[in-house]
Amino acid sequence: MMRWMLICGLLMISDRAVRAEEAIALKDAPGRDVVAGYCGACHSLDYPRTNARFLDRKGWENEVDKMIKAYGAPIGENDAKAIVDYLAANYGADR
Amino acid sequence: MISRRAMIAGGALALAGWRSRSAHAESDAFLPQGLPDGVYDTAILEALPGKRPLIKLSYRPPNYETPLSYFTSPFTANDSFFVRYHLAGIPEEIDAAQWKLTVGGEGLAQPLELTLSDLRTNFDAIEVAAVCQCSGNRRGFSEPHVPGVQWSFGAVGNARWKGTRLRDVLERAGVRREAVEIVLNGADGPVLDGTPDFVKSIPLGKALDENTLLAYEMNGAPLPHYNGFPLRLILPGWTATYWMKHLISIEATTKPFTGFWMKNAYRIPNGKFPIVEHFLSQMTAVNEPITEMVINSMITAPAHGDTLRAGGTAEIRGVAWDGGYGIRRVEISTDGGDNWSEAELDDDVGRFAFRVFRYAFTPPRPGRYQLMARASNAIGQMQTAKLIFNPAGYHNNVTRPLTVDAV
Repeated sequence: MMRWMLICGLLMISDRAVRAEEAIALKDAPGRDVVAGYCGACHSLDYPRTNARFLDRKGWENEVDKMIKAYGAPIGENDAKAIVDYLAANYGADR
Repeated sequence: MISRRAMIAGGALALAGWRSRSAHAESDAFLPQGLPDGVYDTAILEALPGKRPLIKLSYRPPNYETPLSYFTSPFTANDSFFVRYHLAGIPEEIDAAQWKLTVGGEGLAQPLELTLSDLRTNFDAIEVAAVCQCSGNRRGFSEPHVPGVQWSFGAVGNARWKGTRLRDVLERAGVRREAVEIVLNGADGPVLDGTPDFVKSIPLGKALDENTLLAYEMNGAPLPHYNGFPLRLILPGWTATYWMKHLISIEATTKPFTGFWMKNAYRIPNGKFPIVEHFLSQMTAVNEPITEMVINSMITAPAHGDTLRAGGTAEIRGVAWDGGYGIRRVEISTDGGDNWSEAELDDDVGRFAFRVFRYAFTPPRPGRYQLMARASNAIGQMQTAKLIFNPAGYHNNVTRPLTVDAV
């Protein structure tokens, strides 16, 4: 499912944008691939990077919850937790 | 002129070295202070096809803002105009000859299908000068910061929009007495089926306003792709969330539209902002859709960190705008808000447009000066000195100081 989402996301954009996007480096830490796979399916990864570092864990939980409930991201409970863990640890206010 | 802040920041980074030097030193030259850290780490100047380099906040969907230094005239050039999308399913290319607008819904007597050529040849062409501003412009300055695209000053622009009055199209289709709202959809859409398509509605009264247009031209040229080619809604005075790009469908409904982007998004708490026009059919007990822009201004020259000559005269210049009530006065402070003097206003190019202001500033002695502008309008509204906090970071019209040094 994750790979399918990623492919769908990438098909929508040009090669130029894909190359530029690849330069967005998320911090190498546990959970990075889950974040890149799910979040990156619908938006580039500069979204979490620019929204740093002011959201605490609860704040990131709300964001991930919004992506699932309001925007229909098909993310299971364990993966959602892994995403929140990663964002709170690496881009959160309460590092 | 070299930004003083860029120099200081460059020096500090060389010493501290805890942040990527190239990334931060670079973004510092075109970003103001006060944004979340992550913006300085990530934002770059980059040109989309047909655009000058703009401040890239996100690649996909593309969100690019206009650097403050580009606002050198009352009208914002098409290649400098900001770009804002919600969802990443953006049409790569649109063939204007094949493009069609469907007009229907239970609130209209006779559905229509119109080509671009129908709109250009079978209806009067009207031109309106109007500011297009994202509801979240300046969100990045919110205290505390709030999630979303972290815009600074540049999610705004002013252009001459030319097209057909929406009213003329609706009247040709026959508006039924039961019609309440007009629902607008564009060719862009979500990546996932489960994501709500970006669809907006406007009150019938606004749809029938003589200034509400279906625009096919911007500043005398076809709309740029990233600003809604080949047709977008122009709703002068109201924030850009309603200015649907790549418009493909218009529907008149007999009940309030309940889509996500009306019911859940783009809402402001009731009673916090000095708003005259409300979207009555969409109001609840606690919140309402954002509607008209609040009064605002920005100093476009000099730039933050510039060096002026003590005893010499420099022009403080900028633009002011509001929801269409008419800018009446712009005041300038050079001491951080303690004292204010009136600026001169250039000719009025339309009540929905930028109004240029100028003020001759002679720094009396060497030192640091805090420059501020505050606008007031014909109905007695003035920019706020203190942030009116709201969770989505909308309507930020705080008077923000910028710093210059006289030597």
